[in-house]
Parts: sequence; structure tokens; C-alpha cells
Amino acid sequence: MMSEMIRKDGRKFDELRPIKIEAGVLERADGSAYLEVGGNKILVAVYGPRESYIRRLLEPNTGVIRVRYNMAPFSVDDRKRPGPDRRSSEISKITADALRPALMLENYPRSMIDIYIEVIEAEGGTRCAGITAASVALVDAGIPMKDIVVGCAAGKVNDEVVLDLSEYEDKEGQADVPLAIMPRTGEITLLQSDGNLTEEEFAKAIDLAMEGCLEVSKLQKEALMKKYSTE
Amino acid sequence: MIYVENKDLVIPGQVLSDDEYYSGRGTFKENGKVCSSLMGLVSLRNKKIRVIPLKSKYVPKKGDVVIGKINDVRFSMWDVNINSPYSGILPAFEVFGREKKELNKVYDVGDVLFLRVVDVDEIKKAKLGLKGRGMGKFKGGIIVDIAPTKVPRLIGKKGSMINMIKDKTNCKIVVGQNGLVWVKGDEDMEQLTKEIIHLIEAEAHTSGLTNKIKNKLYLAIDGELPPEEVEETEEEFVLEKPKLQNFKEELEEEEKEAEENKKEKEDKPNIAEVIEELKRKNKKDNTLSYGDNSNNSFILNNK
Repeated sequence: MMSEMIRKDGRKFDELRPIKIEAGVLERADGSAYLEVGGNKILVAVYGPRESYIRRLLEPNTGVIRVRYNMAPFSVDDRKRPGPDRRSSEISKITADALRPALMLENYPRSMIDIYIEVIEAEGGTRCAGITAASVALVDAGIPMKDIVVGCAAGKVNDEVVLDLSEYEDKEGQADVPLAIMPRTGEITLLQSDGNLTEEEFAKAIDLAMEGCLEVSKLQKEALMKKYSTE
Repeated sequence: MIYVENKDLVIPGQVLSDDEYYSGRGTFKENGKVCSSLMGLVSLRNKKIRVIPLKSKYVPKKGDVVIGKINDVRFSMWDVNINSPYSGILPAFEVFGREKKELNKVYDVGDVLFLRVVDVDEIKKAKLGLKGRGMGKFKGGIIVDIAPTKVPRLIGKKGSMINMIKDKTNCKIVVGQNGLVWVKGDEDMEQLTKEIIHLIEAEAHTSGLTNKIKNKLYLAIDGELPPEEVEETEEEFVLEKPKLQNFKEELEEEEKEAEENKKEKEDKPNIAEVIEELKRKNKKDNTLSYGDNSNNSFILNNK
């Protein structure tokens, strides 16, 4: 019954949009990644660890990360006013918080890592895609990490819990639950919830998003291996 | 139980083994399991697992030799950029002892130096010194930037790779452990060496690299492949921290060689050169001649 349900774009309830990940695409950055999920196109650059030029951010016993999430003015249907806004500063913060538990920055005290997430095209679920791409870029930069953080969202559309909301589903749907995990241990590093869900639906959404994360995680690993494996 | 083999490519968070193995550099232990914290290659030795990273930033270590660029001249020290998250300082007394001189007359902003890390303090600031021969300012040449973890690969087993490149290109090459390489020689050769170094960096994790590079060098310079060696020694794949390459000796040797070459040149001037010179002289007898003049006339006199 439920698994037979077909969504607007023809996906099953637990089906992800097509994903393409590429590691190490930028020459001048220490680490970088390019990611496409459905209609999303995201480019991430990582610089560092480098000498912290902002004194007040510097930590004497560990390194710090800074994240800048930015949407290009042409990334959405109506031109977005360029520059940071409420939404992008929120996403920058939650991305940093989602990535930080995985990073082992004790070896780089008083240093700073900058992560720039540029959304070139947006089609729903950019924050999870941003986290996914950012952790690939961090691995590419050679930064020690406990695990590769991966993000994926679940939500409720037409009274049905579904995986990986598209832009249409995000807007028309009843709820959106973005989730980021460390796949080896299953620890959750980001969990947000927007909309109304019953307790069971919420639990179901988390399970579904968790499965989605594991799926995406495989693709992340493949992308990294592909970059460096011989021929 | 171990889940990986030597030289396997691993990614962060990958479980490498169960409890009976020790966790070395680039790994961590969690719930009795050894996991990788870096993207790199596994190195197994005596039940100790290490991961050699593919990319990393240089963290200064006492005793390392590095190449640095002067960033700033201060009252009693130079600020040196050593291609690392941590900057280095070169105190004035390391250079002149107790003498007092104006700092910017000795080394100015932008100068590139070959230095030794004398000490690293608790905030990882590197104190640098110039003790040792060959240390000091570089004149001319180019700087090539590679990942510090690839430095051992560039040097090769007992310097096999670097010596081969040096022999073939006739360039002077100095490798700093912070991933900067200084190359000086013919302009074309400098560029070729730069390309070769970048190639080594890109393919550092592949095996049989020395032969590959050798073929490339021979093709680029002689236009043909090297003669087949009877003893094909398969280069063993090592990506470890090198035993400190003895730059001092090398530089001394090079200096000696250079001097000898000079002498030889002076003794027997190259005929082709002489002819060239003569032609040029004949052509523009009246034009102003520059610096090299003394040398030219010397050769002519010799003739």
C-alpha cells in the first residue's frame, strides 16, 4: 500500500533523488567537493588549518571552524538578494555544529578552518546537501576526523512520511526533518524539525532519514575513493 | 581481527582492526576498535597500525629543515612564513650573535631562506635558526609547493628519486620538510623539474613510480627511453617520514662540484661557446656590453 505510493516526481516513499559527488574539484583550495542532489548544485571549499587571523576566535587548546553558507542570487526561481540573511546565518551555524563533533582539531591549536558552502542551484534540502558536501571537502583537505558526517532529510507529504524532500514537497508538505549523523556510530549531530508530526511519524521520519544518510554515506566514500584510487 | 592490508587506501572513520592492534598516528581507538582518522594509506608494523595521510598541513617539529619566506621584519626578529598554520620566527641573535645590525639589510621581506627548526613552543610557534651549512638565503631559482606528506616520496629511498632528477636535469634541488622545494638550474629544466615534482605529488600513492618518472625524464630530455637495466629493482613503496636528508653534505658536494665545473670551464672553454662569442663580438662591436664581459674577454684571450 504505502510503498506503492508514487510521489510527484515519481519516486517511492523511501527513494533518494539521484546524487553525484565529486571530491577535490578546486585547485587552489586545500579541500573541495561538488555535489548534485536532484536539482541542487553545491560547491564546497575548505581552507586550512591556517593561522587564525581573527584573534578573538582563536582557541588556545584546539582549532576552530567557521562555516559560510551562501546561496547564489541565481540559485532560486526568484532572484535572491545577495549577501547573508537570517536563513543563511542559521544554516552556517547548524552546519558548523553538525560537523564539529566529527573533527579532531586538538592537533591544530590556535588555528582556523574555513568552510565555504556555495549553493549554485537550489531545489530543496540544501542544508543536508551542504553538510554532506562539506564533510567530503574536509576529508579531501586532510583534516583528521572521527567519521564522515552525512546529512539527509525526511518529511511528511500528503499524510505520508517520505525521504529526501524536493523543493515542491518542502513547500507543499506538512513537515520537514533534516538529520545529520556520523554513520559508523549512528550518532546524531543535527536534528531539526519544522512542521507538525505525531510521535510515531517523527520516529519513523528519523528512521527513514537515518537510512537515507547511510545510503548517501556510501556515495561519499565512493567519491573519495574514486579521487585517489589508481586509475 | 584486522580488516585492512598494508598500503590500503582508507577514509576517516573506517574501522581498521579489533583490539589486539595498537593505534598509531592517524588512527584512534573507540570501543576497542582501531579506526582511521585520515584519508590515507595503511602502514602496518609490529601490530601497530598507522595511517599515512595523502594530504596534510605541515606542523613544525624540532630539528626539521624547512624553506621559509620572510613575511615581516621586526625590531629583533624576522617573521617567517613556513607554509604551515603556525608562523616561524627567526630571532636576530640566531643570525648575528651579539652584534647589532639593521635587520632589513640582511634579509628583507620576500626573501626565501633555508632554515632549521630550533625549537617549537607550546603554542606551536617555531623558533628558527641558520645553524648548518647551506642554510641561508636562496638566490634565484623557483619554489615548488607540494604536500608535506609527499616529501619522502619525492626524496625516494636513500634519495634515489631526487638524485635521479638532479642528475638528469642538472638542477640544484633543496627539499624542505614543510613541502616547499627550491629548484635552480636552466630555465627550461626548472620548468621540467617543476612538472616532474608535481607529477610525483599527484601519483605518490602509486607503486613503481621511480621507473615511471625515470622514463618520463629520459623522454623529455633525450627523446628516448632509458636503456633497459639488467637488474630491475622494483622500488619498494615507502611513504614514511624520511630519515633526515643530509642537505648539508649535499650542498657541500654541490658547491664543490660547481667549483670544479667552473675550473674546468676556465681551463677548457667550450668551443661552441667561443664561436658564439666571437660571432656576437663581430656583429656588434660597438654596442655596450654588460656584466659578463670580463669572462668573455678571458675566454677570448685564452683562445
